[in-house]
Amino acid sequence: MPILNKAIVFKQENCGDGLQKALNMKPIDILFAVRESGLKGRGGAGFPAGSKWMLASAAQSDKKYVICNADEGEPGTFKDRLLLTEFTEQVFNGMTICGYAIGAHHGFVYLRGEYSYMIDEMQATLQQLHNSGRLGKNILGSGFDFDIEIRLGSGAYVCGEESALIESLEGNRGEPRNRPPYPANTGYMGFPTVVNNVETLATVPILINKGVDWFTSIGTEKSRGTKLISVSGDVDRPGVYEIPYGTTIMEIIEMAGARDVKAVQVGGASGICIPEAELHRNISFEDVPTGGSIIVFNNSRDMLKILENFMEFFTEESCGQCTPCRIGNKKLLDGVFMIERGECSVQYLRELISLGETMQVASKCGLGQSSPNSFITIMKHFGDEILSKY
Amino acid sequence: MLVSEINTLTEEISSLVEKYGAGRQSLLPILQEIQIRYGHISDVAQQEIARLLDIHPVEVYGVTTFYSFLNTTKRAKYNIRLCKTISCDLTNKDGIARALERELGIKFGEISSDEKYSLAYVSCLGMCDQGPAMLINNQVYSKLTPRKVVEILDQIKGR
Ligand SMILES: Cc1cc2nc3c(=O)[nH]c(=O)nc-3n(C[C@H](O)[C@H](O)[C@H](O)COP(=O)(O)O)c2cc1C
Ligand code: SF4
Ligand code: FES
Repeated sequence: MPILNKAIVFKQENCGDGLQKALNMKPIDILFAVRESGLKGRGGAGFPAGSKWMLASAAQSDKKYVICNADEGEPGTFKDRLLLTEFTEQVFNGMTICGYAIGAHHGFVYLRGEYSYMIDEMQATLQQLHNSGRLGKNILGSGFDFDIEIRLGSGAYVCGEESALIESLEGNRGEPRNRPPYPANTGYMGFPTVVNNVETLATVPILINKGVDWFTSIGTEKSRGTKLISVSGDVDRPGVYEIPYGTTIMEIIEMAGARDVKAVQVGGASGICIPEAELHRNISFEDVPTGGSIIVFNNSRDMLKILENFMEFFTEESCGQCTPCRIGNKKLLDGVFMIERGECSVQYLRELISLGETMQVASKCGLGQSSPNSFITIMKHFGDEILSKY
Repeated sequence: MLVSEINTLTEEISSLVEKYGAGRQSLLPILQEIQIRYGHISDVAQQEIARLLDIHPVEVYGVTTFYSFLNTTKRAKYNIRLCKTISCDLTNKDGIARALERELGIKFGEISSDEKYSLAYVSCLGMCDQGPAMLINNQVYSKLTPRKVVEILDQIKGR
């Protein structure tokens, strides 16, 4: 499964020996390099990786952990699957470099249960790394020890949220914790823990190998580097595309062969709906940030049916721990059914939108906070069309 | 369950506890292995796991029921789970759903009377570029067509 356009960062020839280079550096210099590169988290929230690593590095503790978040559950996202199969070694090396930089000796990959068919090949790569002295004791003669363990999820979208993921690793129900404290401080078993997305970690060895200047020359001022985008829906060539930050949505979907476009959902079910008139907007932390899912809808699609699909997803995947999310998503889904039956007044629709806005601020974790996004944006852009149809 | 069966189960759980360690953090991997071997995590299994990890059985039950890939009641030999999320929906998952129901003679949410097949929906499998997609146990099948579904089921039936 290759990247479908011309790759920029994720090319085998860029990989070189980032791990060896990193181990020749002092941990503090790696922390500075990652910070100066401007690398931000690729999993959705976009927290600067360098700052997160520095927090974990500064935390005083005899044990620390690195977790690679491979839960990839956001509808329409499959770019981590590509990295885990085509750039497996870089993902693991990124974890090792992080461990070296923050002083951790153990890493976990939390792989979604749906990807369990990939685990044998990943284990084989781990074994190879051990055999060639790139994992385990005294890695490449540096005196640094690091081990990686793969753990499987069991079919719960919310476990991609980092504190729920940690709960799950600890053997609990995957229910998000209150934050702060953040994992960098109080993570797995209470120890300082860096949780990073697969793509963030896989970028690190390449960034170290090619240098900070090379990396910062790609992308925009506040969004350095590239983003892997999973494109699906009404396109001729669905798949993973690598784009420099700042690329417009139009450019991306044209690469994928979209025609007769009505709207594009950016960021999956928890993302936002962009109508055809706004396709000039670009993917970046300045404009439209995303974990990497783009779903294209053509003019034959009924936006209410799409919204129904999203709201069903959230009512099922909510962990039910807090009221705004548990009850709110159910109300929004019921609202969609009412519209379908022609029973929803404009007055009630307004109330639902304001309920959505309450959920955005009052929910305990990102799931509940982002779940009303599609309801709000689809109603904003297609409310009239929907209400006149039903 | 027969006493001998319980003994085997206990032995198996003991060896898993040995493999993963006796801490609470071993709970999920142990449940996952029992799920794969037995197709479900029975009351007895839950009690034995709780005893050997020294936690309350209610805790084991609470964790088991939280995760959609773990179940407390017996499932079929082949669990067929069709993705119902948006990208697969756009690529005609409904047509695949009808084909599966026709071929197996059961509806979604049901188990065949010989306990060989069960049909259920699942959320996005991360195969959205190759939809419609489904899982049969841990194996993923993509770019499904009604004809391909029949071929896949024929292969399984042969086993
Ligand atoms: C409901 C929910 C699901 C999430 N799923 C994922 C996921 O599958 N993969 C991921 O990397 N981050 C996911 N996140 C974000 C993580 O909480 C966390 O921000 C991320 O792993 C940090 O890594 P990064 O800084 O490298 O992006 C999710 C967040 C929420 C609220
Ligand atoms: S927002 Fe939803 S998923 Fe998050 S803690 Fe509350 S109920 Fe659980
Ligand atoms: S929507 Fe079906 S695999 Fe993602």
